[in-house]
Parts: sequence; C-alpha cells; structure tokens
Amino acid sequence: MTTAAPAAVTAPVPGDPPPRRRRVSRDTVAAWGLLSPNLVVFTVFLFVPLLATVWLSLYSSSGFGPREFVGADNYTELFGDSTFWRATANTGLYALLTVPVSLVIGLGIALAMNRPLRGRGVLRAIYYVPYVISGVVVAVAGRWIFNENVGVVNRLLRSAGLDGVPWQSDAVGAMGSLVLISIWTKIGFVMVVYLAGLQSIPAEYLEAAQTDGAGKWQRLRYIVVPLLKPTTIFLVVLGVIESFQVFDIVYVLTGGGPGNATEMLVTYAYAEGFDARRQGYAATIGVVTYLFIAVLTALWYRRQRAQEADL
Amino acid sequence: MSTAVRTSSKARRGSARGGAGWASWQAVALVVGALVMLFPLYWMVITAFSGQGALTSGPLRFFPEDPTLDGFRRAFELLPFGQFFLNSTAIALVAMALSVTLNLLAGYVLAKYRFRGQQVVFVMIVSTLMIPVQVVMVPQFQLVAGLGWINSYWAVIVPRAAEAFGIFLCRQFMLGIPDEVLEAARLDGAGHLRIFWSIVLPMSRPLIAVLVILTFMYRWNEFAWPLIVLNDQQLFTVPIGLSFLQGEYGTDYPALMGMALLSTLPVLVVFAVFQRQFVEGVARSGLR
Repeated sequence: MTTAAPAAVTAPVPGDPPPRRRRVSRDTVAAWGLLSPNLVVFTVFLFVPLLATVWLSLYSSSGFGPREFVGADNYTELFGDSTFWRATANTGLYALLTVPVSLVIGLGIALAMNRPLRGRGVLRAIYYVPYVISGVVVAVAGRWIFNENVGVVNRLLRSAGLDGVPWQSDAVGAMGSLVLISIWTKIGFVMVVYLAGLQSIPAEYLEAAQTDGAGKWQRLRYIVVPLLKPTTIFLVVLGVIESFQVFDIVYVLTGGGPGNATEMLVTYAYAEGFDARRQGYAATIGVVTYLFIAVLTALWYRRQRAQEADL
Repeated sequence: MSTAVRTSSKARRGSARGGAGWASWQAVALVVGALVMLFPLYWMVITAFSGQGALTSGPLRFFPEDPTLDGFRRAFELLPFGQFFLNSTAIALVAMALSVTLNLLAGYVLAKYRFRGQQVVFVMIVSTLMIPVQVVMVPQFQLVAGLGWINSYWAVIVPRAAEAFGIFLCRQFMLGIPDEVLEAARLDGAGHLRIFWSIVLPMSRPLIAVLVILTFMYRWNEFAWPLIVLNDQQLFTVPIGLSFLQGEYGTDYPALMGMALLSTLPVLVVFAVFQRQFVEGVARSGLR
C-alpha cells in the first residue's frame, strides 16, 4: 500500500474531469482498505450476532439438539414474567441512583481540583484508581467490606453504637451496597472527563463575570454548568448505557440476590442463556434490553436538541 | 457579595479573601474525600497481610497484628494463579496490540478521508456502543463454537478486536491533526500507510497512551465473555480464577484480598507509566 494504488481500479468515465475524479476514487479505495479489518470484525462478531439474536428470540433452543420455532411466544412469556419486570425496575433504579450521584460528586471534585494545588497529581490518581480496578476485584472486596456479620462497615457502625445494615439478607441493603460500590468506581472517570471540560472554559469568561459581581455559585450556575453541558450529555449517555450493561459486579457481589432483589437485565439474560440454557428466551431479554437502551438514548438526544432549539 | 453595592476593586479584593478561605476548605474536602476513596483499598491491604480470621472478630484494629504473607501463599496453593497470570498477560497484550492498531486505522480514515458512506460507517460503529455484550452473547458463543474456538485464546481476543469507543476517541483526536501536514506529505509522494505510520502516529502519542491504558484495562479486567468461552481451568484468566476462589474459599479473606490486590497491580503499573499522557490525551480527544 505504500506504493501508489493501481491505476486500473477506476476506469475514468468519459466526460468527467479525469485527474480529480481518479484521486478521490483512489482515496476511497484506500479508505475502505484501511477500514476493512474493523468492518470484518464488527460485521462477523457484532452485527450478525445482533441479527441472530432477533432471529433466535423467535425460537425455543437449549443450545443442544433442534430448535423449535415458537413465534412471539418468548415475548408473550417475557411480558408476564415478574422476574423480568423486577430486573427492569432494578436496572432503572441502579441507573437513577448511580449516574446522578457520581456526576455531582465527580463534578465537585473536578471543580475543587481545577486550580494549582500541591499534590494535585496524587489526589487525581487516588480518585481515579477505583475506576481501573476490575469489577470482579471490586465485588470480591465489596463482599468482604460489606459482609453484614464480619465486614468492616458494619463493625464500624456497631462500634459507633448503631445497628449493622443487613447488606446481604435484605433487598434494600443489597441494592444499597451495590450502588455505593458502583459510585465508588465511577467517580474517578467522571472527574477526569469534567476536568478536561473545565480546562476548555476560557478564564476570561469567569473573570468577566467576577468583575460584574457574580458570586461563585452564580458563576457555577450560569457559566460553568451551561458550558459543561456537552460533557454532561456525554457522561449521562455513557452512564446510562453502562448501567444497562452492569454485570461483573452484580454477578460476583450479590448474584442477583437476595431473591431477585438485585437481578439486572443482563444478569437475568446470562442466567437464562447459560445456566437455565433457555437460549431463545435469553435472546428475547437481549432484544428488549437493546430496545430500552435505544429508546432512552433517542429520547435523551431529542430532549437535548429541543432544549438547544429553545435557546 | 450580592447585596451591597461596592466598587469593583473592593469586590475583587473581597472575593479574593473569601476565595482563599473557600479554597482551603475545598482542599480539606478533597483530602478527606481521598481518604474515604482510599479506605477500601487500605482495608484490602491490611486484610491481605493478616492471619486468617484476624480481622473478623475481637477489637477493631486498623493495623495488621502479626503481618504475614500466608494469605498470598494460600491463594497460589488453592488455585494455579501463576498460570492464570500468564494467560491474562498473553491475552491482554495481544488483544491490546490488535485493538489499538485497528482503532487507530479506523479513526484515521474516519477523521481524514472523505468518501461516500463515511457517515453511515461512523454512525454504525458508534451505535455499537449501545449493544450490551450480554445481548449478543448467545449467538456469539454459537459462532465461536462453530469456529472451534472454545477453550482457545482466539475466542477471547478476536471478537473484541474492533471496539467503538476506541475508534470514537481516535477520530475525535485525529480531527485535530492539520490537513496541511498530511497534504504536504502526500505531495512528497508518501503513500497512505506511510503517511499514517510516519506522520499521524508520531503526532498521536497522547492518544496512543489513552488507548493503551484503556484497552489493556478492559482486556485485563474482562470477565463475562472469557468465563463463557474458557472452560478449561488451565486457560482461566485472573478474574475468572478470582471469582472461583471467591466461590470455593469465600471466607479466606486474606487469600482473597491478596490475590485481588496482585491482580490489580499490572493495571496500576500501566496506568502509572502513562498517567501524564493519559490526561492530555483525554483532554485532546474531545472527551468533553
């Protein structure tokens, strides 16, 4: 490819301005050539499986033996399946709790850190470290730290004269530990992204506002937060998508329990597909999960666009 | 500040004084927050160096009574973690090299070429971000099984080689490379790959740092997919081994925490090495 592309790839069409047309086409060939490894992997391992998921959701299949066409039966069953609705509610609750809280805390840290500060690098690294730790490690540590009998959190609560929280045996406690642990892992990423966003705000804007007598809360409310809006949109979309994909932490921390108190859409799909071996039904959960994400993302973008149009 | 009418110089002095006090409060809050963030890690460390059962009863202590390496030793005895580390390292390094190369190529094309269908390709790639891995896992598994890749590293590496987030980062970053530089090289007769290799890549160092950190991290930490396609214990990655250790020896907290910490070290090392470039890379990738 370092030599010029063969001239024969495009026969010049009579009447067109030949040299220009040919160069564009040669670039086009190079572009598709450079893209092709990605396109092959995406097509074979993502787009085809995505279509196959839709197709499989119309079948009953254990993965062994023949599969049987069942039409919309999987969907009918799904809409009457209380575990599915519980998993949907849990996933929504998880997103509603983890995304806003991690954004507010992450923004607060970024604002406090956005100045010359001794030990800034060390602080930034400390806040960021939980984000790079694997979900499995986080969950294994969480099981120990939040263990309701011997974990340090409850031991600290008890030594302060309070009751320990039933982190494992109670539905609210289990969801609480999951949310707290998830927020701990998310803050660092939010902070780094907001720091990058803050550094793109021209200092003159803030100085001008200050000269005009705007207090720090007014500057935050009317200048910083609006200018950070693209960053916030990015983080919200990413956070919601991540919430619909949370698997590792849940699988190891609670296994979806107690009962199905922390069952998520994807852990339920995994359990149906690979433990219960109901692959058609798992595919159906997958299709519906994907639709949830697509609709939410589309609604959010429409709302953002509408708000921008109002301004 | 908002009520009294002041001259602007007074206002500025006032806010500067208030600002100094406010700034130190913020610094205190930052340090306290950092301690809260660190506490779970600290508790993992002292657990790892404690004897079995030392921290589960008796008075609450924040230092290990008799520091010992027994937890680490037991972890390696209970399951072949040495082998798991080798497996994870091989998978993470190969997968990282492959993914970063593919990301850079696609990002370059999407940022710097103009051709019909470009927007469609970009939108399709970005839309894959919305597909949870678990949604397509059943057909992916059947596909990989059909290829005869179950219990092979290829099953872990290849299906994840193309990755939308990395491509998106590359495109955003490379939009910032001036066209004139590329045009000049082209006029000098450089081919497509030559321009990519000797001009675009050297200008993309911070981007490459971001990609190396993120991809190594994703691959090293990945759990659900390897769990499905690797059934032979000899091939397990570290996270799978850790979840098995949790499942079978769930109350041996020193062994669990010791292995949890050891398994985090490689990611921390990569992160520490590339940290400074990482922040610059995030900023310039338009991740904001």
